[in-house]
Amino acid sequence: MARAAIQRRLNWSIGEVVEFVDESPRVRSLVITSPGWVGHLPGQHIDIRLTAEDGYQAQRSYSIATPEEDDLLTITVELIEDGEVSPYLIEALQVGDQIEIRGPIGGYFVWHEALGGPVQLIGGGSGVVPLMAMLRARVRTGSDVPFRFLSSARSHEDLLFQNELNGIVSRDGVIVTHTLTRSHPEGWSGPARRVDKAMLEEYAWPPDHRPLAYVCGPTGFVESVATSLVEIGHEPDRIRTERFGPSGR
Amino acid sequence: MAIINRGFRRKREVGAPPDRVPPGQYVTADFPVLSAGPTPRIGWDEWRFTITDKKGTGKSWSWAEFRDMSSEQVTVDIHCVTKWSKLDTVWEGVSVDTLLTYIDDPGTHLLVRSYGGYTTNLPTNDVTGGKAWVAFGYDGEAISPEHGGPARLLVPHLYFWKSAKWVNGFDFSDHDRRGFWESYGYHEYGDPWLEQRYSGD
Repeated sequence: MARAAIQRRLNWSIGEVVEFVDESPRVRSLVITSPGWVGHLPGQHIDIRLTAEDGYQAQRSYSIATPEEDDLLTITVELIEDGEVSPYLIEALQVGDQIEIRGPIGGYFVWHEALGGPVQLIGGGSGVVPLMAMLRARVRTGSDVPFRFLSSARSHEDLLFQNELNGIVSRDGVIVTHTLTRSHPEGWSGPARRVDKAMLEEYAWPPDHRPLAYVCGPTGFVESVATSLVEIGHEPDRIRTERFGPSGR
Repeated sequence: MAIINRGFRRKREVGAPPDRVPPGQYVTADFPVLSAGPTPRIGWDEWRFTITDKKGTGKSWSWAEFRDMSSEQVTVDIHCVTKWSKLDTVWEGVSVDTLLTYIDDPGTHLLVRSYGGYTTNLPTNDVTGGKAWVAFGYDGEAISPEHGGPARLLVPHLYFWKSAKWVNGFDFSDHDRRGFWESYGYHEYGDPWLEQRYSGD
């Protein structure tokens, strides 16, 4: 936390796209290299600035999906159909193109090993992205802090990072639960509804384990899940939230 | 050093006079919610608001006492550091000038305190002279809990994280102490027109 609190100027710098990874029909990851990147904590985000030929500029914030790794960082972007920035990032940008970035930004919605656990991650839709950075950091550092991850998606094809999560589960004993809120494939054995109190009581750490909980997703999701956590006995100051609104465009 | 992103162009008209939209912001009709933790649910019967001057002498109000003070309706534009701006928002609240008539010397700085532990810091000059309110009404209704009710600070000329939700007190002093987001790399002052988003901007 001390490192996150360092006050320094955040300058715009150049990032170059080195790879795209399709995560779902509407979600794509951009692997960006930014020489001299100062590093970041899992859960932090960056600002991206696009400049049109007529000088028009637009800025948006995107969570970083990966833990610190040299000059590389990955953002995972959900396509907002009528958005201004996400369609460009997903459909127009090519490998080798440059974009302006600055960060890292935010220092509260972060996890690093010194914060301990157990850790409860709860994500809705593309809200799983900063949570994935936390889980990937745990795996990469070989941490034994116990993690549980509850991920909510509309349908099976919207589930993000499935293969990677399955690998982590079998290898590291992290408990991952997916819930599908709109449609689910035949034979789906997991929960198939929105996250509610009963689901939290069944799949999340019980309150007496005093988990550090991270909740990220659209506003309605975060509001509902955080309120439910408090109502079933979790301590409010152990619950950290991050919301995606229309500001995510 | 700005680079041109080939093929990128403005998709929407701003829909507002440019002199009302600070640099890097876009106008939204929604009212997004942002907060660092769960929404505190504070009943009006348990709500209290306390201010202390620079000597630590204070004044405290219950909800009924607070609502007995004269209030104002204001229509203002608000600007969130996450890049959305919302124009012509209508609030009702007690001017901070009114609250300050109950203490002697506020000193130069203010640390705002909220239910749930949130804090933010401002120069006293930025909450006086008709620039700030403790608001309890939004758009003709009580402010909902997720938007900061029962009462939130309203300081529309600064980025909206300064307009603390669930506010329950002001600590005035001659010392500037960083608040919550100010300790996590956000700008000390937060003027949207100077685009003071992060420390050092």
